[in-house]
Amino acid sequence: MIDTKRLTHLKQLEAESIHILREVVAEFDNPVMMYSVGKDSAVMLHLALKAFFPAKLPFPLLHVDTGWKFKEMIEFRDKRAKEEGFELLVHTNPEGVEKSINPFVHGSAVHTDIMKTEGLKQALNKYKFDAVFGGARRDEEKSRAKERIYSFRDKNHRWDPKNQRPELWSIYNSRVHKGESIRVFPLSNWTELDIWQYIYLEHIPIVPLYFAKKRPIVQKDGIKIMVDDERVPLEEGEEIKEEMVRFRTLGCYPLTGAVESSATTLPEIIQEMLLTKTSERQGRVIDNDSAGSMEKKKMEGYF
Amino acid sequence: MSILEKKIAADIESYLKEHENKELLRFITCGSVDDGKSTLIGRLLHDSKMIFEDQLAAIKKDSKKSGTTGDEFDLSLLVDGLQSEREQGITIDVAYRYFTTDKRKFIIADTPGHEQYTRNMATGASTADLAIILIDARYGIQTQTKRHSFIAKLLGIKHIVVAVNKMDLIDFSEDVYENIKKEYLSFAKDIELSEDITLIPLSALNGDNVVDVSQKTPWYKGETLLHLLENIEIGSDRDLVHFRLPVQYVNRPNLDFRGYCGTISSGIISVGDNITVLPSKKSSKVKEIVTYDGNLEYAYAQQAITLTLEDEIDISRGDTIVKSDEQPDSANAFDVNIVWMSEEPLLKHKSYLIKRASSVVAGSIKCFYYKTDVNTQEHQSANLLNLNEIGHAQLELETSLAYDPYIKNKAMGSFIIIDRVTNNTVGAGMITQKSQTDSKTKAPEYGEFEIELNALIRKHFPHWEAKEIF
Repeated sequence: MIDTKRLTHLKQLEAESIHILREVVAEFDNPVMMYSVGKDSAVMLHLALKAFFPAKLPFPLLHVDTGWKFKEMIEFRDKRAKEEGFELLVHTNPEGVEKSINPFVHGSAVHTDIMKTEGLKQALNKYKFDAVFGGARRDEEKSRAKERIYSFRDKNHRWDPKNQRPELWSIYNSRVHKGESIRVFPLSNWTELDIWQYIYLEHIPIVPLYFAKKRPIVQKDGIKIMVDDERVPLEEGEEIKEEMVRFRTLGCYPLTGAVESSATTLPEIIQEMLLTKTSERQGRVIDNDSAGSMEKKKMEGYF
Repeated sequence: MSILEKKIAADIESYLKEHENKELLRFITCGSVDDGKSTLIGRLLHDSKMIFEDQLAAIKKDSKKSGTTGDEFDLSLLVDGLQSEREQGITIDVAYRYFTTDKRKFIIADTPGHEQYTRNMATGASTADLAIILIDARYGIQTQTKRHSFIAKLLGIKHIVVAVNKMDLIDFSEDVYENIKKEYLSFAKDIELSEDITLIPLSALNGDNVVDVSQKTPWYKGETLLHLLENIEIGSDRDLVHFRLPVQYVNRPNLDFRGYCGTISSGIISVGDNITVLPSKKSSKVKEIVTYDGNLEYAYAQQAITLTLEDEIDISRGDTIVKSDEQPDSANAFDVNIVWMSEEPLLKHKSYLIKRASSVVAGSIKCFYYKTDVNTQEHQSANLLNLNEIGHAQLELETSLAYDPYIKNKAMGSFIIIDRVTNNTVGAGMITQKSQTDSKTKAPEYGEFEIELNALIRKHFPHWEAKEIF
């Protein structure tokens, strides 16, 4: 039994994340929170609201919009900004738009590089942020397991795994030279189960795409792609079918695989997650390229 | 389907209810690749079903490429993270792993055992409640075993588990195990390691005494490793008596609200308590304990809170809020233990930035008392500290700081050292006491009767606001 003066693991994780959020706002001049609109972002936003209550968020949220996000994500994003009254910055790489970068035509690697990684760097250079909150967790992927909570980036936003600062206790080193920055990961110690359990307990709003529903699906390279708009090219033999599916992770719709599911409530989602045992990033096309592919992307400046 | 999976399938809501109230245990694993450390962690993750199918498939693929266990899949590949490390075949940094059981959520700080990586172990140990020190049963206590134990003591880890691994390779011999146990406990006594030490004979490769009780060690009457991790009492490690709130951030959304935010490092605070702010020594009363989920009547160690006070007094980041009837000492010169983490040596009289809780102050080393050889635990004279060296020194700060010794209060007694030019974190330190040469007079010593009487008065007449004496 846990007595009244002992924190449960979720309450402890919550307190530690709030500590990190406050530390950054106290020590940096110009912080920003990356808002990907996914479930981890939803939890990070919720924790930030708690950290600065009763004040409004003391920093803006930044969404790097690739132009290929699910429509429901964009609707949800704008609704949340209105409800919570936070400042929302949206950036789309204009060069990518000009060149009509299209994941169906140019492939996932080119699309991610130009629209996500380059788009992010452009936004960071434009606003000169010195601290950038991200919702990444150490349990997501092997190369993340060694990531610091304060991850140092040089002037070119590059991550050097051999040149990261030691991090002890809950004392974080916020000192940077002009142009350098720190990516801060307040959810580092949360696992996927923690995230879902916390969403459930705290009634945190999430995008409806996480719940199973009949959606128009086309099978491409063994991945169930949702036909979110008219830009989906149909190859010979491909046809659109209504299927009961949901998404375990959210990103650009042409790069995000749906899973067959009947989970329409949070407990059902958690139940499904616990029983299927397939790690969540599998639905994302970008990770399966080669061993250590996430590590390479991070060195280039991806989150 | 396992029992757990059946339970999840049958009634997810009650499963969630049970899992809301789990505790968190952080531990560190110390040992080299050869001790089977990665295999042990892989075993814990595997047997507690934290390995996903696609990860397992990837490991099986990788095992053929770089594995060291032949045809069987190599559990250690699960935990050896970065690509550059995998190519070298060693883990070179602190990696964090997560797993959960019905009873607890666990965070493992996985640190390498090679000599040059003292700083990594110190990093992993700084947040750990418990340390698992691996010993290869064939070789017994090695230099590195002593090194790991010494660093665990230095960082104040309260619970030590010695995993005597590879018992399968010595036919699960009770004699060998008992000899190792005797020798280790005697060494632990010499270095004044924690009181709470448990030794477990196991085989990470085959799973003996890791999750399930081994049939091959009928002479061993103790717990399995997982049973110990799930049940060891850690709640009483916390100090709920001495209230300390390092002020992190002052929240002023409008003229009517001024809240002081921070994480309580120890103790309990209630609405109406008399508080004093250090170093200014201004006093007030707690008006509200504000959180997003509603105001609290009281709050305790580890909670991240916002306090408002009855009076408008000037408080800023770096100050410490304490209870008026029990205040910590202040000083500007401290005896400290330092772990040096930079290629550039630590020099006397050079100015560094010292970050302790939410305070950042300039400071320098006035003198070195000695450095400790991590392998032999011998003291040697020192004029500087090189990378991975551990020393005892006098640190002088430009301003004075309210503090507690590290062994009493980690947050109030720990700091990092930052290079003023490169901005890198170059060292970590722990306050043992204020320096005797400090200009302030030494605290008077009290007799046993006086200390007991003082405790009674503080308990029964709190409104007298008597100061705690030691």
